[in-house]
Amino acid sequence: MTKKYEFGLNTFGDIGFHDDGTAMDGDETLRQVVKEAVLADKLGLDRIALGEHHRSEFAISSPEVVLGAMAAVTNHIKLGTAVTVLSSDDPVRVFERFSTLHGLSHGREEIMLGRGSFTESFPLYGYSLENYDELFIEKIAMWQKLLEGKPMNWKGEFTQKLTDTTVYPKLPSGETIPTSLAVGGSPESIIRAVHYNIPVVIAIIGGEPVRFRPYVDLYHKAAAQLSMPEHPLGMHAHGIILDDADEAVEVGWKYIRAEMDRIGIDRGWAPMTRDRFEFEIDKGSYYVGTPEQVAQKIAHNMKALDMSRFDLVYGTGGQLIHQREATIRNFGEKVVPRVKELLGDDDNA
Amino acid sequence: MPNTDKPTIGILGAGKLGSTLARIGESRDLPILIGSRHSVADLKWVIDTLAPGATTLSAAEVVRQADVIILAIPLSHVQDLEPAAFADKIVLDATNFWAEVDGTVNTISSLIESSSEVVQAHLAQSKVAKAFNHMGYHDLEIEVDRHPDVPRAMAYATDHDDIRPVVEAVLRDFGFDPFDLGPLRFGLVLEPGSPLFGEAIPRAEFADKLAHIYNSAFGKKIIKARGGEIR
Repeated sequence: MTKKYEFGLNTFGDIGFHDDGTAMDGDETLRQVVKEAVLADKLGLDRIALGEHHRSEFAISSPEVVLGAMAAVTNHIKLGTAVTVLSSDDPVRVFERFSTLHGLSHGREEIMLGRGSFTESFPLYGYSLENYDELFIEKIAMWQKLLEGKPMNWKGEFTQKLTDTTVYPKLPSGETIPTSLAVGGSPESIIRAVHYNIPVVIAIIGGEPVRFRPYVDLYHKAAAQLSMPEHPLGMHAHGIILDDADEAVEVGWKYIRAEMDRIGIDRGWAPMTRDRFEFEIDKGSYYVGTPEQVAQKIAHNMKALDMSRFDLVYGTGGQLIHQREATIRNFGEKVVPRVKELLGDDDNA
Repeated sequence: MPNTDKPTIGILGAGKLGSTLARIGESRDLPILIGSRHSVADLKWVIDTLAPGATTLSAAEVVRQADVIILAIPLSHVQDLEPAAFADKIVLDATNFWAEVDGTVNTISSLIESSSEVVQAHLAQSKVAKAFNHMGYHDLEIEVDRHPDVPRAMAYATDHDDIRPVVEAVLRDFGFDPFDLGPLRFGLVLEPGSPLFGEAIPRAEFADKLAHIYNSAFGKKIIKARGGEIR
């Protein structure tokens, strides 16, 4: 049986740079991201998914609004989030936004839930980090109940009480909002995803990807252990794909490294050394190089980890417009067909 | 076969850090026991997958059987540990204050009293060393494995000179170069916010960063809070 593979783009709406090197502002970046979605749609990529951040490096804090704009100017591409920080949001409002997007996009919306590795949204929206785990568990349960589409009867500890309440706009009968769960290196998150019967996408953003094999095994085992179905697995990673390998590496050093270091200051990561950066490109989790180099690496790691879905984070750290667009074009035109060929996907070869 | 001359290592907590340390220990033939707040039945298949070879027990049994106990649990859960159960044990405190699990405001430790001093005060009948704090759990494997000939410095601090040889042996057994910071209070420089936090570097580089700690923003905060350097 041939596996169905899916390839998409992720972005946090990193504040970009014009080709003359001057920084874009947030407004320009938002319009650029919509243009990039149009390009991705034309190239036949399966999805574009947007992160939600609340800090100066990123323009997207309200992904569904941006996805709504994309819905109007694209035709086939799935429009998603990566991720929606459900813990610091109201599941009812999230449902309303995505069911609205469902209508606007002819059912191309999808949502990826995550605990969020950034925590800015908690104080911003008045949620307490003390309840991080409990909030997430309760709100996932509420989300799944909302997806049933029936009048809601709900009583939670952190969420509102609802009695026979219908949430609008309703999804057409029999339709749902495809939901996945983003996980990192926490065994508990993987088991939780299986428990909730939600497909997982693993963020593999550092080190040799094969180190995540035990977590993939854990996913399979958890399905058996809990007697739950398995879903296709996905992964997400950063990349820059240019025709000149050296240029790709230098763009990566300038932008990916800078972004990691900026975030690292808040998160307590040590600054990235050149040695570690090059290791991430050679053997680790950065997909930086020519289309052929990147395709080989993606195919190798998807095989090693049983992956059906690969989401490339493009534009990390901003980058010049032509570099962002070249990565997208190379990904769609060269990398994806080549990866499918390497994986033996006859449908699309 | 595990080498039975080694102290038995017990890991409390089977999350990112605990499961990673169990896997490293097993890959280096150390006898590892691990337990968490979950039942043995719920944890065993997880550990058998993530750290094959490690022995899953109840948390209480891990504490009872182990010679050296690594705390790989949230800092805010340490106060729930029963001190008597830990009497006369060596405890390696790998916890750090982490807002996502411990709460937005740190009401546990401060720049005056480091988190491991709080842990030692709670586990008063045990000999506590701060260790496994300053390196990200991914890097415990990634950075160690890609520098097989240059071990990464793993700093530790303790008020008990008699356990230094055991602590150093354990750190060495896990693949690190033990770096003695002295008494427990000096462990403050390993905590989140410090330039040493997150570092997986060799001894000489670590020593150099440590020597300049009071030039850093974190070092200046320490001086401001304490009216001077840690003494």
